[in-house]
Amino acid sequence: MNQSYYLPHTKLQSLLDAIIERGYRCVGPQTRGGTITYDDFSQVKELPWGYEDEQLPGQYTLKKTQKTGYFNWVNGPQAIKPELFKPKESLWNVTRDEEGKLSFQPAQLTPAPLCLFGVRPCDIAAMQIQDKVFITGTYRDERYAQRRENTLIIAANCITSSNNCFCVGAGGFPKAERGYDIALTEIEDGFTLEFGSEQGSDIIASLKLSEADGSQINYAKQRIQEAADKQTKTLPGTNLRDALMNNLDHPRWDAVAERCLSCGNCTQVCPTCFCHSEEDEPNVKGNHSEHVREWDSCFTQGHSYIHGKVIRSQTRQRYRQWLTHKLGTWHDQFGESGCVGCGRCVSWCPVGIDITEEATAICSDFINLENKENSHG
Amino acid sequence: MSDKPKIAVHKFSSCDGCQLAILNLGEKLIELTEIVDIMHFAEAGPVNPHEKVDVAFVEGSITTPHELDRIQEVRSNSQYVVTIGACATSGGLQALRNFKHVDIKQWTQSVYAKPEFISTLETSTAIAKHIKVDLEIWGCPINSKQIIETIRALCFGVEPVVQKDSLCLECKRQGNACVMVTKQEPCLGPITQSGCGALCPSVGRGCYGCYGPDENPNTKALAKRFSGLGLLPNDIARKLHFINSQAKGYLEIGNELGNKTLKDDAK
Ligand code: SF4
Ligand code: SF4
Ligand code: SF4
Ligand code: SF4
Ligand code: SF4
Repeated sequence: MNQSYYLPHTKLQSLLDAIIERGYRCVGPQTRGGTITYDDFSQVKELPWGYEDEQLPGQYTLKKTQKTGYFNWVNGPQAIKPELFKPKESLWNVTRDEEGKLSFQPAQLTPAPLCLFGVRPCDIAAMQIQDKVFITGTYRDERYAQRRENTLIIAANCITSSNNCFCVGAGGFPKAERGYDIALTEIEDGFTLEFGSEQGSDIIASLKLSEADGSQINYAKQRIQEAADKQTKTLPGTNLRDALMNNLDHPRWDAVAERCLSCGNCTQVCPTCFCHSEEDEPNVKGNHSEHVREWDSCFTQGHSYIHGKVIRSQTRQRYRQWLTHKLGTWHDQFGESGCVGCGRCVSWCPVGIDITEEATAICSDFINLENKENSHG
Repeated sequence: MSDKPKIAVHKFSSCDGCQLAILNLGEKLIELTEIVDIMHFAEAGPVNPHEKVDVAFVEGSITTPHELDRIQEVRSNSQYVVTIGACATSGGLQALRNFKHVDIKQWTQSVYAKPEFISTLETSTAIAKHIKVDLEIWGCPINSKQIIETIRALCFGVEPVVQKDSLCLECKRQGNACVMVTKQEPCLGPITQSGCGALCPSVGRGCYGCYGPDENPNTKALAKRFSGLGLLPNDIARKLHFINSQAKGYLEIGNELGNKTLKDDAK
């Protein structure tokens, strides 16, 4: 483990200034419309000081409290995903000249160095999953890749968990282990800091901070452990591929389809979902067209439309696609689970469908049987 | 379609809001006249209601005996008929008269000073109940962008795309805070088609379904959620029976919860 430093609350602005001086555009958590949303900022007073959130299935409430601290809340609906994988963007365009000749052009991309500030560990884990999808996977996405190369990550380890968090059950922990330049853990009157990259180390060095003492380090550790211990939800296993794929006709799929609105909110807030659709937006004269990509979801009919037929026309099939992909076939595709346990799909589902409950109902019998067989040798 | 297609915008029983949405295109409307000839569009100026055209846009529902005849003429004069807005596509707000308990004579008498001049049908019905419709564009009013997209696609000779995904997708792409989750405010977004740009949630209020049902609405489940939020069955029925009361997806559960039935002519 590398060295821990101590940054008092009163010096947080100097950290921010050091980042901005290095040419970064800073995007961090702010209160917007009763939620925590990541947006441009340059002053620490724009951060959600004293705010706390309460999350239940289908319910989210943000409250200002008398408590001290910038990071007493857990997470909001979308965090950093829209910065890296844009909800809607043009990929390329085509122009036809007078003679009818077509010329194709990639859409402009000038990613300014971006600092994502105060990123939760689950969102860093999710970003690493999306890196696999968009950068190291078979088809490199230039736009995502270039944005990522220019990104500085300042992690904020969790000091509390919501009622819907289950990162521990999903194989993670409320502390960022990798994928950050600097990691903060908030303690009473400031933060303990660790660097995770040379750049992070440079920035910390420029601030001339003192080392954190033993009690500060222990308190930071204890707060993270408390966040982990607070979690009540969990998944029945970290690899549910076989349990799900052997239960494609489980009656629970029908039961959940009765409640599910097929609205797609779960996929839109999920920090790992990467599905998108593409369409062309021609101008009125028809001599120029933008090829636009936007977030899609396996809950739409377009998602499974192939040659004149919608393959998954029913909600039952769509919910099953979501759950089996997230927790099952993601392992086949990317060698890991597609769920980091952030709990967003539970909070932001308008009818409060809980992925951990559904997975448990569908997988438990299979897992119990498997365990029994294993114990009998 | 011809090289420079002719278009017409016809008005039936409506508030003119969809025609205004076309007028709101402003400069783009002038650009549009470079690729099509606008033959008939009373709200904008040109009046040639009997002209033969490539594309006829129809605003408004059928509520008078005269309109029953006019819509047949529109059909026979047009290669494509495109309905625009809630009225033309589902009968509109005025289709609340289609429920059995409504006495239309009594309504006319209580509203008009000289009700004897009013000649109206018992029901307000969608254009597709009377003629073959080639494309339906929903909304109250429509989004003017949809008109451009439709004309552009038809000029290219391809089928226009009408998005029927749930409004929630559009709402989330815009980064709105969900009013149902954060404020426990009923929102029809999960069963309503996108296209408006999630206007209502982006100003912090629930969607009232002016774009009509999405392609796969689970109205029963949403109604159950509304009742969990404290709405009585009749309140939920009223939410469903509002701008698009006659639309399949809103109508049935609204009937069930509000204990309503349709007049025979409206079925
Ligand atoms: S599936 Fe749900 S809990 Fe898991 S990462 Fe996605 S939104 Fe978070
Ligand atoms: S298929 Fe569904 S669950 Fe899988 S990434 Fe796409 S939207 Fe998410
Ligand atoms: S699980 Fe919830 S959020 Fe996801 S599609 Fe169904 S109702 Fe919508
Ligand atoms: S505010 Fe309405 S449209 Fe937006 S996500 Fe919530 S339920 Fe869907
Ligand atoms: S949010 Fe709903 S009611 Fe509001 S404009 Fe859009 S479709 Fe109409």
